Amino acid sequence: MSEATLAAETRVILRAEGIGRVFPGTIALRDVDFEVRRGAVNVLIGENGAGKSTLMKILAGVIPPTSGRLLLNGKEVRFESVRDAAHHGIGIIFQELNLCPNLSVAENLSLVDPPTRFGFDIDRARQLDKARTLLARLEQRIDPNQLADDLRIGQQQIVEIAKSLAADVDILIMDEPTSALSAPEVEILFRIIGDLKAHGVAIIYISHRLEEILRIGDYVTVLRDGRRQAHAIVKDISVEWMIEKMVGPSMAPAQEASAATGKVALSLKDVTLPRAAGGFLVDHVSLDVQAGEVVCLYGLLGAGRSELFECLMGLQSASRGRVELEGNDLSGETIASRIRHGLVLVPEDRQREGLVQTMSVRANLTLASLRRFARLFSIRDASERVEARQMIQRLTIKVSSPEVEVTALSGGNQQKVVIGKGLLTEPHLILLDEPTRGVDVGAKAEIFRVMRRLARDGLGIVFSTSDLKEALGNADRIVVMSSGRISGEFARAEATETAVIAASAPNFHGRSAKERQAS
Amino acid sequence: MTSQTLRSDAASAKKKRPLALLLISFRTFIALIVVFAFFGLTTPNFLDLPTLVIIAQHVAINAIMAIGMTFVILTAGIDLSVGSIVGVSGMIAGLLLTRGIPVPPLEVTIFPNVVETMLITLAVGALIGLINGLLITRLNVAPFIATLGMLYVARGAALLISGGSTFSNLVGDPKFDNTGFPFLGSGRILGVPASIVALVVFALVAAYVAARTPFGRYVYAVGGNERAAALSGVQVDRVKVLVYMISGFCAAFAGLIVAAELVAAHPASGETFELNAIAAAVLGGTSLMGGRGTIAGSIVGAFVIGVLGDGLVMLGVSSFWQMVIKGVVIIAAVVLDQMQQRMYRSYALQAQMT
Repeated sequence: MSEATLAAETRVILRAEGIGRVFPGTIALRDVDFEVRRGAVNVLIGENGAGKSTLMKILAGVIPPTSGRLLLNGKEVRFESVRDAAHHGIGIIFQELNLCPNLSVAENLSLVDPPTRFGFDIDRARQLDKARTLLARLEQRIDPNQLADDLRIGQQQIVEIAKSLAADVDILIMDEPTSALSAPEVEILFRIIGDLKAHGVAIIYISHRLEEILRIGDYVTVLRDGRRQAHAIVKDISVEWMIEKMVGPSMAPAQEASAATGKVALSLKDVTLPRAAGGFLVDHVSLDVQAGEVVCLYGLLGAGRSELFECLMGLQSASRGRVELEGNDLSGETIASRIRHGLVLVPEDRQREGLVQTMSVRANLTLASLRRFARLFSIRDASERVEARQMIQRLTIKVSSPEVEVTALSGGNQQKVVIGKGLLTEPHLILLDEPTRGVDVGAKAEIFRVMRRLARDGLGIVFSTSDLKEALGNADRIVVMSSGRISGEFARAEATETAVIAASAPNFHGRSAKERQAS
Repeated sequence: MTSQTLRSDAASAKKKRPLALLLISFRTFIALIVVFAFFGLTTPNFLDLPTLVIIAQHVAINAIMAIGMTFVILTAGIDLSVGSIVGVSGMIAGLLLTRGIPVPPLEVTIFPNVVETMLITLAVGALIGLINGLLITRLNVAPFIATLGMLYVARGAALLISGGSTFSNLVGDPKFDNTGFPFLGSGRILGVPASIVALVVFALVAAYVAARTPFGRYVYAVGGNERAAALSGVQVDRVKVLVYMISGFCAAFAGLIVAAELVAAHPASGETFELNAIAAAVLGGTSLMGGRGTIAGSIVGAFVIGVLGDGLVMLGVSSFWQMVIKGVVIIAAVVLDQMQQRMYRSYALQAQMT
């Protein structure tokens, strides 16, 4: 044991000692030690607000620590900026995407240090080559000439990862890199991580997906309330151990009985969205959803889930086919009219599509249902306040007052605000596109509890996810999409991991299924 | 310390906003008090009521335009055409009052009375706003470009109406029953100059619309996050068209006041007024990124600019220096605004950590 410890000690490349970080009025980190080992995946876990992001920002030179010191290869260092940290060989992939949407993938990949001809103008050919090499390493078929803005979130994440591979780093910080990735993409990422490890790169890995950590982690450090709660070697621990250290004793996830009523709430017939380049993004999708039923739309990135939701909500003017909500034909209606009929969408990207960041929690909650609070010309302040407060209680949104600006909330609570906004429109059917993206474990469970409760109240619910456990654990029925088509449909009882995966990715069929079974 | 004390620390921080943040939030108001105090001390008679009334009359024109501009900027747009609308609306009023509306087939000329004249003029202002709005929403022209184009078109139209000459002596003719136009410029209602009354009415209605109506909320939502607003069922295009119409309407009213005060309509009047209106809104804390700002703030901003301008004139500061000082004040306002945003963000960050 002591020998092992000794070996581990010599592998420490970066050591943070007694790190504290105080924001006026708040202590975000308190006396935290953290060791980063060469050629290993150093995992950092903790609930939202535990101080993970603050610690990462200190390690990457975004902000300085208030107290404590950093030792890089035994020598004390002080980072003035991200660039400074990068010169010391530290790279970071932020959770939020940091691509320039107006530039092409290749330009994004060579943003800091573009290849030049005689140090003068940018060598486009080499820039393209570099991008192709990086993307090939990630086994992605993304055209380097495409604008970053035209990529879906998961693809953007891949480009973000490629960007950090472009710079040679000794330490690579990954803040929830898999949150937007589909299963096969995660496999690719894990292979890359293995590759980096073999080259002696130290990886700092933050994730809310605990099974993932068991697979690829080597060392795990748990933060709780700004303090180091535990440290362990990943081989020795379990998911239950991690949850317990993060939040306290674990709760058994009990799958609740279906509340499906048999009455059709939403009916799709041949919903189709042609792709500009030919083919279909959504390919003749027909589907019925019952009132009280929770349907999971499972699929990989680019399977057409988000696009299907957009067609249903009236965001895609090119879409064809029939959308009926409780017998009313919604085809061709505006978003506002669809909302009035009782359809509502909780979009995938809550920052870009869900919230108005400049407004309060109250104003965000009531934005879609404002007409209800209007008398003559004005908004009835009292009733708006009451309903906002009720929704905050109903969804247990953690906020001191409805008047707080929505940006001050954590990810999970922001997501609940978006859901609450939808609920205030008194919908019959609610569409949730990846509702648990970037949300911590506790808030995830809570979001699914809310969905259950809504289903019991008679709402039809369709949510999409690329997390298989989530799909199997929370849906009455799993509808699998692949290349814009419905490629499989499973009642809860008959759904197995293997079957769902097989349906979701015909191309990856053999390998993924085998790997799953092996693990 | 235990985690419990940590929480209570954070809770008390949440209740007690830092004093600096509070001060900086009221910076424009504080600036207004400072300029008043400064000129009160340095300029004789500055704080006398007649002086203050004259200043307020000067401010009224700019403030009314700033009100319309605030709606536009709240949606993250900009309206550069308001100065030209001031010019064109004065010319239309002048034309109607002096020449009337000829109806060739009947060989008669209709002279609308003053109220009708004003309504027609205001309608034209709103119509120009409508065109701006349609260019921006239907044809996807950037607001800066659409209204820049309209700045030239409307100014050209103002010049074309009279061939470049001035309509003077807009007192109307008892024969045509169209007297009384100068009242808007020099008349008094219960002892208060009409333009100041107009400003108060505009301010109250606008503040109510912005803060208390669904439309006002939609304006903030569109500026804060257009896509989220659209997904919430807000009819974004309609909101945008309406704010440009409001801006055009306000500018046309300002144009009427200018013409009534001078009892004349000059096609060049209102040049660079758009910049004053934008400056007032920005000084008052309206963010050019959209979503942030208040009507009251813009009016205070207009007063800061107006008081500063008139005060410097009374102090005998050269007009060249006046421009420099005005520019410095505007830049300082935006710098302070950025500071406030930063402070608020770090404050919000703390709240998030708890």
